[in-house]
This record gives sequence, structure tokens and C-alpha cells, in this order.
Amino acid sequence: MSEVKTFQTPAVPDPILAGPTDFEVRSIDTMCVNESQLKHPWWYNFKYSLVGIFFGIAFVKAEIISWFRIQEMFRLQSFHMYGVIGTGVVLGIISVWLIKKFKVRTIYGESIEFHPKRFSRGQIYGGLLFGFGWAMTGACPGPLFAQIGTGAFVIGVTLLSAIAGTWIYGYFRPRLPH
Amino acid sequence: MTPIINFADKYQQSMMQVLSQPWPWWAAGIVIGLTVPALLILGNKHFGLSANLRHACAACLPANIQFFKYDWKKEIWNFFFVGGIIAGAYIASTVLANPEPVQVAPGLAAELQGYGITDFSGMAPAQLVSWESLFTLRGFIMMVVGGLLVGFGSRYAGGCTSGHAIMGLSDLQFPSLIATCCFMVGGFIMANLILPHIMAL
Repeated sequence: MSEVKTFQTPAVPDPILAGPTDFEVRSIDTMCVNESQLKHPWWYNFKYSLVGIFFGIAFVKAEIISWFRIQEMFRLQSFHMYGVIGTGVVLGIISVWLIKKFKVRTIYGESIEFHPKRFSRGQIYGGLLFGFGWAMTGACPGPLFAQIGTGAFVIGVTLLSAIAGTWIYGYFRPRLPH
Repeated sequence: MTPIINFADKYQQSMMQVLSQPWPWWAAGIVIGLTVPALLILGNKHFGLSANLRHACAACLPANIQFFKYDWKKEIWNFFFVGGIIAGAYIASTVLANPEPVQVAPGLAAELQGYGITDFSGMAPAQLVSWESLFTLRGFIMMVVGGLLVGFGSRYAGGCTSGHAIMGLSDLQFPSLIATCCFMVGGFIMANLILPHIMAL
């Protein structure tokens, strides 16, 4: 197999302070961002849309986007959401373990990379604030998008509000404890 | 009509019936769990939906804030993924729509009725989540303030339910476990201690 170039994550403590590259800025406070060296036409991205379609159908059909299911979860009135998340996590753990064990590559032959996450107090403060919002709106970001897809356009207001919340975080980020 | 075609018709009908009913938890769990390896194998992508909120900021209003000054086009795959979710949700609510009303746990239904919430026909109670409700104090807090907290909190935590609770836990990341526990603690506090006062407004 021909040699495949992979992107190495630079070891910079806080890119904001260190004069960041684009990759470094993108990697802050997010799921790890893996940059491909491949150049593909834009429509290659539709393969991700296909995954999204299955995901969106499951979200709606199992009523994960339902405000009621979320309230029942937080009131311990139903096992449903615990079953959904639990099954997803177990399958995810097995999948990631298999990918690492057999060094599975992407369909284009690039190696699949994982980066350890660093602990930050943001995971506690932000996590609690997110939990408040989750119970109020009955939706985390995924279901927000799915609810709009079902025709609940008023959720567009909640989505815009969530984008505004993210913007406010970006604005105050340097002054927040991490 | 030959018996074979008849059988095929019946099979298709019963298949649609199965798909139209609310799916059991394990079916959705399997689809969500398999999304993790699907995105990894298709293009080394890590599942995480709240990142799109940040990319939207970077695309529309970076405002010279360092946190939003990056090339969001390199993350465009996630917008395509979200586009698929919206399309899938549309399919599920039209072609695969469930004709029955949503089942609500008796305890929750009784509690909600105490706040004048009696309409259980949709995915969310219309008396709380609707255009009319948006212009009431109760609806504004739940939809707008709640949305702000979702956006602010998920980025502060470095991910949301998909990024931390599904992807992060799948990779056995301890920080993701902390975040997931805090999501749940926050949710329990809000739903049981604070939300009743908001819904009573």
C-alpha cells in the first residue's frame, strides 16, 4: 500500500496564547478534528449526508427528539433514553476498540486517528449549564436539527439561540475559568 | 394476482407498519452507535454535532474573535451530516409517520396537567413549544434561554451529548465521562428543581 500522509496534532498547550495555526484554533474545545490531506470534490461530502439520514430517521422514530422522553429521563420515569444512549455507547466502544485493534483505515486508506482529551474545568461548568439547557428545551443540538426537519420551524428560534450562546462563549472564552 | 406478488405486498405492508411504529430503544441505539464507526471509516471524522453551532458562528459572524477565526470550510462535512439529519427527520415524519399520539408516562402527564399542559399530540407540548408560547415569559425562558444554555454550555464543555456522551465515551475518554455526568446532573437539577417553577409561570 502506498504511503499515506497523516496530519500530526501539534503539542501546543493553549493555541490562543501561542499564535495559533488554523488547525489549532479549530481544535480548541471540540471533538478532535482530523485533517485529511486528500483533495476531493465538494459533493463527496454527500456520503456524510447519507449517514445523517439514517441517524435522523432513528432520532425521530425512537422519539429521541421528544421533549417528553427527555423529561421522563430526568425524572426516572422511563428507561427509554437510558437504553438508547447505553446501546449506542456500548456499540461505539466495541467499534472504536475494533478500529484500534485492527488498525482499520478509512475507505481512502488514511489511518483513523484518536487524540486523548485534556481535562478542563469547562467540562464541569459547561456540562452543568448544558444539562440545564437540555432539560429546558428537551433537546440537545442533534434533536434541534431533527425537530426542524419534522416541520417544527419554531425550533429554529431555539437553534439560533444556541448559535448565539456559542458565540457568547467564544466572546467571553478568554475570561472564563478552564 | 399471483400468490407470490400477494406475499410481497403483504411483506411490504407489514415492513412499513414495523417502521412506522415508534422504534424500541435498542433499534435507535444501534443506529446511533454505528454512526461512530461509519463517520470514522468514511473519512476519519469524529461524531459531534454541537461543533456545527461554532462553525455557523465562524461562517456568519466571526467578529474578529480568535475562537471563530478558522477555516470553517474544512469542517463542511458536518454541515452535510446535519443536512442528512434534517432530511432523515423529514422522511421519518412524513413517509414513516406514526399515526398514534405520543405516549407519555402517567407521572409526567399528571405533573404537566398541573401546569395547564394538556396537549400531548406532538413531539413537544404545544402549550410550551410553539410560536404563541414563544411570546410568553414561560415559553421565552424555555426556548430562548434554554437554547442559549445549550449553545454556551456545550462549547464550554467541549462537546454535547453526541461528542462527549457517545463519541467521547466510545473512545473511553475520562474528560468525556466527567462532562456526561455533569450533563445528567444539570438535567436532573433543572427538570426536578427549577423547571417546575418555570412551568408554573
